Amino acid sequence: MKKLVILGAGTAGTMVANRLSHLLDMSEWKITIVDQYETHYYQPGFLFIPFEMYSKNDVIKPKRDFIPAGVELIMSPIDVIEPEQNRVKLVKDNRILNYDFLVIATGAKINPEQTTGLQEHEWHKSIFDFYTIEGAVALAKHLRNWKGGRLVLNVVENPIKCPVAPLEFLMLADWFFQKQGMRERVDITYATPLPGAFTKPIAARYLGDILDQKGVKVETEFMIEHVDPDAKKIVSYDEREIAYDLLVSVPLNMGDPVIARAGLGDELNFVPVDQHTFLSPKYSNLFVLGDAAAVPTSKAGSVAHFAVECFAENFVRYTDGLELLPTFDGHANCFIESGFGKGLLIDFNYDVEPLPGRYPLPGAGPFTLLQESEVNHWGKMMFRWMYWNILLKGQELPLPARMSMAGKWH
Amino acid sequence: MATRTIAGKTVQVNDEGFLTVPGEWTKEIAIEIAKEEGIAELAANHWKIIEFSRQDASASGKSPTLRRITTGTGISTKDLFALFPKGPAKKVARIAGLGKPEGCV
Repeated sequence: MKKLVILGAGTAGTMVANRLSHLLDMSEWKITIVDQYETHYYQPGFLFIPFEMYSKNDVIKPKRDFIPAGVELIMSPIDVIEPEQNRVKLVKDNRILNYDFLVIATGAKINPEQTTGLQEHEWHKSIFDFYTIEGAVALAKHLRNWKGGRLVLNVVENPIKCPVAPLEFLMLADWFFQKQGMRERVDITYATPLPGAFTKPIAARYLGDILDQKGVKVETEFMIEHVDPDAKKIVSYDEREIAYDLLVSVPLNMGDPVIARAGLGDELNFVPVDQHTFLSPKYSNLFVLGDAAAVPTSKAGSVAHFAVECFAENFVRYTDGLELLPTFDGHANCFIESGFGKGLLIDFNYDVEPLPGRYPLPGAGPFTLLQESEVNHWGKMMFRWMYWNILLKGQELPLPARMSMAGKWH
Repeated sequence: MATRTIAGKTVQVNDEGFLTVPGEWTKEIAIEIAKEEGIAELAANHWKIIEFSRQDASASGKSPTLRRITTGTGISTKDLFALFPKGPAKKVARIAGLGKPEGCV
């Protein structure tokens, strides 16, 4: 029996387990997947919790429900990865897993302790995150009684999971406070380390214009040095100060500490891999999928989905003795919720930045690219159902894994 | 592609004044561009950062992020902002003759 070990049963790891248990001959393979937490979170849903569009129950399900029959699930923290010995040591019962192939899908998480003043006595009192279930729920409670004032959203450093989420947060905040009849009492500022509203120039211009229309101030190239939780202000390295009444932070994102312990990571604990195949340059039997990989595309479930589709077919070739094909093109597509029952859609890859136009999809589309429409909002709302029922289970979506230029204006 | 003459040498530049061929860079060019960026004199720590960035970029093919520079040189972010005021990542890349640092998507 050949042994495949998958570390992490989040979005990417679960999809790998499902796709490969379909594609591989399971009389020849033993697949084991390891995770320390029982609950699977639909992370795109965290954004909606502060604005009472979703509750906690909408975004949680047991991980076990998504692991296919025939795949062994072990609930345990990982002690250490030893790629030289082709084995992983687990904390639970000091168990050792030997492998022929390893897939690391340990993800990324926020590290608020890396910014002075952030996670101290005002944490989840006047300073919140919305990248954890605890943060999103605490912020929802806080907003219920908030009387208005200066709301500041700050991204500490890139890359972050779902780079459009901060923009969606701002647009939903504008809508939410209008709906509450208190928009004129709320001043919204976005402090970003980027030179504009978004990373890529054309999308940055479109999205910047939308933020402007919604009355959101954008403070660019703001590299936060510390938070002063008592004086309620954030201070940048170039000594700019922004005062707030309510600070919503997207803290530094890093890969899992187990990556650092294994000596596999870069300065943020993300693992360098080939950006088209996900193979480690150091170990010919080690792949990294999802947010844990250091590849120049978005850290997002949609990317993980396209990536896993390309990877799974490639993996079967590879283990049959054929060479890997450079199939993954960095494809991402994301709905961007913009409030008032509308949304935008962006679709891009390593080489093509998000462009305006139409995204054709028989049956549901066309969706509008980089422009607000109601159909995009419904696309986003439908997506949660698709995530739980189709995507995680590794079933095929009618979306091509590789990006197409059809419908894009260029 | 535009060219310009810096410190007596003609080099290729893009419209934002970044060198497009890292091999055309010289230390004299770095000193001239630094002056344009408001840095009158390059001290030892400036050079340490410039040299690290050039080495890192030759291996990775892209300009290093601030975090990569601080991890690689041991110089703190605060000091980096003091050495290359206002937008150190961009300034370091321009002075070191590397491409404009790209944000990830």
